[in-house]
Amino acid sequence: MERAALGDKAAELAVAVARGERPALARALNLLDDRRPAARQLATDLLARLQSGDFQRDSHLIGMTGPPGAGKSTLSAALIRVWRQRGLGVGVLAVDPSSPLTGGALLGDRLRMQTSDTDEGVFVRSLACRGEFGGLSAEVWPMSLVMLAACDVVMIETVGVGQREIDVSRMADTTCFVAQPGSGDSVQFLKAGILEVPHVLVVNKEDMGAVARRTLAELGNALGRSHRDGNWQVPVLSTSAANGTGIEALADTLAQHHAILLRDGQLDTRRRSYQAHWIIKRLQQEFGTHGIARLGGENTLAARLVAEHQSLLDQYQAFRQCLLNPTYPEGGNTDHAQS
Amino acid sequence: MSQETVKRDRPWLMRTYSGHSSAKASNELYRMNLSKGQTGLSVAFDLPTQTGYDSDHPLARGEVGKVGVPIDHIGDMEALFEAIPLDQMNTSMTINATAPWLLALYVAVAEKQGADPAVLQGTTQNDVLKEYLSRGTYIFPPGPSVRLTTDLITYTVDNIPKWNPTNICSYHLQEAGATPTQELAYALSTAIAILDAVRDSGQVPAERFAAVVGRISFFVNAGIRFVEETCKMRAFGRMWEQLAAERYGVTEEKQRRFRYGVQVNSLGLTESQPENNVQRIVLEMLAVTLSKNARARAIQLPAWNEALGLPRPWDQQWALRMQQVLALETDLLEYGDLLDGSPVVEAKVQELIAGAEQEMARIAEQGGMVQAIESGYVKRELVKSHTRRMRDIESGALQIVGVNCYTQTAESPLTGGADSGIMKVDVQAEHDQIAALQAFRAGRDQGAVEAALAELRRAAVEGDNIMPASIACARVGVTTGEWSEVLREVFGEYRAPTGIDIAMAGQADSPALEAVRERVRATGEELGRPLRLLIGKPGLDGHSNGAEQIAVKGRDAGFEIVYEGIRLTPGQIARAAQEEGVHLIGLSVLSGSHMELVADIRDQLAAIGAQDLPLVIGGIIPEDDAAQLRAQGVQAVFTPKDVDMNAIMDQMVTIIRQHNGLEPLA
Repeated sequence: MERAALGDKAAELAVAVARGERPALARALNLLDDRRPAARQLATDLLARLQSGDFQRDSHLIGMTGPPGAGKSTLSAALIRVWRQRGLGVGVLAVDPSSPLTGGALLGDRLRMQTSDTDEGVFVRSLACRGEFGGLSAEVWPMSLVMLAACDVVMIETVGVGQREIDVSRMADTTCFVAQPGSGDSVQFLKAGILEVPHVLVVNKEDMGAVARRTLAELGNALGRSHRDGNWQVPVLSTSAANGTGIEALADTLAQHHAILLRDGQLDTRRRSYQAHWIIKRLQQEFGTHGIARLGGENTLAARLVAEHQSLLDQYQAFRQCLLNPTYPEGGNTDHAQS
Repeated sequence: MSQETVKRDRPWLMRTYSGHSSAKASNELYRMNLSKGQTGLSVAFDLPTQTGYDSDHPLARGEVGKVGVPIDHIGDMEALFEAIPLDQMNTSMTINATAPWLLALYVAVAEKQGADPAVLQGTTQNDVLKEYLSRGTYIFPPGPSVRLTTDLITYTVDNIPKWNPTNICSYHLQEAGATPTQELAYALSTAIAILDAVRDSGQVPAERFAAVVGRISFFVNAGIRFVEETCKMRAFGRMWEQLAAERYGVTEEKQRRFRYGVQVNSLGLTESQPENNVQRIVLEMLAVTLSKNARARAIQLPAWNEALGLPRPWDQQWALRMQQVLALETDLLEYGDLLDGSPVVEAKVQELIAGAEQEMARIAEQGGMVQAIESGYVKRELVKSHTRRMRDIESGALQIVGVNCYTQTAESPLTGGADSGIMKVDVQAEHDQIAALQAFRAGRDQGAVEAALAELRRAAVEGDNIMPASIACARVGVTTGEWSEVLREVFGEYRAPTGIDIAMAGQADSPALEAVRERVRATGEELGRPLRLLIGKPGLDGHSNGAEQIAVKGRDAGFEIVYEGIRLTPGQIARAAQEEGVHLIGLSVLSGSHMELVADIRDQLAAIGAQDLPLVIGGIIPEDDAAQLRAQGVQAVFTPKDVDMNAIMDQMVTIIRQHNGLEPLA
C-alpha cells in the first residue's frame, strides 16, 4: 500500500481513537499487536499521529504491581469504580502472569467481571507475557500510548515482583505497589533493592486488622525519609477493597502525583526517557550489545532519543533500519537518516 | 423357600428428579409418577428460581421452566403440591443459594393445607459450597452462604425435626471430575466446615449438637466403576462415623450413621448409542445398593437420553422401573451385607480412606474447605482430574463403548420418532409464567410485602435466624426475586475462581495436539498476532466442565484464551470479545436456552459493530436446533458426541482461516 494511503488510514483511526470510539480502540490495539510488515507501517503512522500535538492530552498512566494474593484485582476494580464516579474514562491493560510453554495463555477472569458490565467508560484488554524472560511483552507500552489517547486514566496491571515490576516502573507515570499483609517479602525486597521504589505503596486488606497494620508500619520504616522522587515523598497507604475504605484517598494520592509531574514539567521528560529505554531494549534484543555499540553506546543513544521529539515507533524503525544497513558506520557518529 | 416366609428389607425411597414448564404441569407429572409407584418426590427448580430471579427478570430470559419448575411465589408452590398432602409426602428439593426461601414457601404451603409443619419430611440440598466448584448456582460470598446454610439447619433441628436440612453433595464433585478419593475428602471437609459453623454460631446448645450431626445427610454419585464405587460408599460410612465420634463427640450410634441419597452418574452418559446408558445406569445403581451396610436411603436415576436433551415421561418411567425391578424382583433385599469379610473389598476401602485422609489434611492445613475454595485450590484440583479423564478418553486409555471404541451402530429406533426421542419444552410456558407473576404481584397486599421485606433485611443485617422472617415473607406473597434482592443488597454477590489456571505435569503431548498447535501457530503468524479465543458461558447455567476443558485445551493448543467464568450476560460477552480483540467466540450452553442466548449475543455484537466475529457453540443441543443455528450463521455446533477436543481445536483454526480469507493449510 502507498504510504500516503496508509497515512490517511492512520489519520482516520487516530481521530476515532481520540474520540474514544470503542471499535476503533479495539482495532488500534489489534494493529499494535500485528507483526506483519504492512501493519507495522500503519502502526508506526498511527502512533506518530497520536503522539503529535493534535492528540496530546494530560492522561495518566499508572502501573499496578504486587505479589499474588495481595488483592490487586479487587483493589483495581474498586479504583476503577471511583474513577468512573469522578467521570474519568478508564483503560486497563491486564498482563497475565502465566509463562506459557506452548504459546498459549489463559487470560481474563481477573478484573473485568468485577467492574460494571454496561459501562461504556471502561475498556479492558488482557495480554499474555508471551515468554519475554519474565518481563512485559514489547506490545504493552505502545498499547498503553494508544489507550492514553482514548482514556483519562490508563492502568497497566500485572502480578509479581521482579522483571515485570521493573518493566512496569519504566513505563508508568506513577507506579503503585500493592503489598501482601503478613508477608515480610515486600519489606525485604524493598530493603534489598530488588523492588524498585514505587511512587505509591499500598497495603490492601486492612480488614485483616493487626497483620495489615504491622505490615504498614514495617513498610513505612523500610522506606524511611530518604525515599523521595523529586518533590514527591513516597506515601504508604492503607485500603480495604472488600470494605471499600481508603480507595478515594488512594485515587487522590495517585492524582496528586500526576499533578506534580505535570506542574514540574516532568511528565514529558519521564515519558521520553521511558521511550528511549523501550527502544534501546528492543534494539538490544534484536541486534545485541554490539548493535547498541554501533549506535554509539547506550548513554549516547539514550541522550539522542530523548533530544529528538519523534514518536516511538518512528524512532525505533529508523534506528532499526540503520542497523540493518551493513554499511552503517561503526560508532554511530553520523546523523541517522529518517528513511 | 416360598416368597412370603422370607424377610425382605424395606426398599429405599424411589424418586425421579423432575419438574418443568410450570407448577401446574409439574404437579400433573408428580401425581402421575406417584401413581406409578414412586415413593417420594424430587423437585427440580429452574435456573432463575435457583439463582434468585423472578421469571420476568432480564437474566431469566429463555431459562424459565427449562431445567426445572419456576417458583416465583407461594401461589406457584401451592399449585406444585396441589392434591399432594405434604404431611404424608417425603420431598427432596434440589435447592441451594435460595434454600431457606424454598423451605419457607414449603412450610407456608403446608400451613395452608392445614398440616403441622413439625411433621414435614424431606430434604433441602442446601450445600452452597459445592456450587462454587460445580453447577454454579451460588449467589452470595462464602461467608454469608455458610451462615444461611447454618440458619436453615438450626431452624429445622428445632422446628421440623424429621427434615434433612442439608445434603452435603459429593455428587456434583464427581460430575466436575472428582476421583473417589477427592469425593470423600471434599464432601467430608464440607461437612466439617458446615458443622463447625453451626457449632460456632451459638444457635444450638451443646447438648443438642449431636442431634444436628444426626440430621446431616449426603448426596452421592455412583459412576460406572461400580466395584470401586461400592467401596467408596463403605469408606464414606466408616469415615463419617469416626468423624462424628471423634470431632463432635456423638455417642449414639444412630446419630453417627452415614445417611445418603443418590443420583447415579450423568457425566458418563453418552450421546452416541444412547441406549447403552440403560446398562450403565443399572450397573451404577448396583454400586449403591449391593452392600447392605452402605446402602442408599433414596435413589433417583437419570433417564437414558439425558445427554440428548430433556427426558419425556416415558423415559423417566423407564428409570423408575429399573429401581422397582431391582428392589422387587431380585433377591437382593433378602440378604445381609454381601461384602463384609471380603479382603479385596476391605483393601480397597482402606486405600480410599488413606487417600482421602491425606487430602483432608491438605484442606485443613489451608484453614478448611471455605478457604481452600476461595483460594481456588479445590477447583484447580478438580479441573486437573477432569482434564486427565478427557485426555484418557481422547487417547483411548479410557474405553467408552460407542464413543471411542465400537462406534459402528445400526440405526436406533429409539431416537427416530417425530420428537427425536426427547421432550420439547412448551415455548409458551415462559410467557404464561410471566403473565401470571405480574397478575399475582398486582393482587397482593403491597404494604404487608414491604413490611415483611423490611423485617427480612433487619434479620439479615442483625444476624437473626433468617427462617422466621422468610416464612413471614412467603405467607404475604413476596417473590423469589424480591427475597433474593434484599439479601444481595445485604451480603453482596460473588464470583468463584474458575480453576483453569492449572499446569499438567508429566504428560507427553500427543502428535495430534502438536499438529494442532503448529496450525494455531502458523495461522497466528499469517494473521500477524497469536490467535485469541473467547470462551463465553452466557445465561444462568453453571455447568462449566465443557467451557473449562475447552479453555485448558485451547491454551495447550497455543491459543490465547479469554475465559471469565459463568453467568455472563450476552452484553458482557459481546463487549469482552471486542475489547480483547479475539478471532473467534466459543459459547457453552447446557440449559437448553441456546436459541435465545445465541440470538441475544448476535444482537449485542451487531449493536457494538462487531457482528462479523465468527461464533461457535457447544452444549446439549438437539440436531434440529443445531441445524437452525448453523442456518443463522453459527459456524459450528459441538455436542457431547464430540469427544476429540483436538479435532474441535482444529475446526476452530479452520473457521478462523476461512473467515480471514486464508488458504487451507496443507
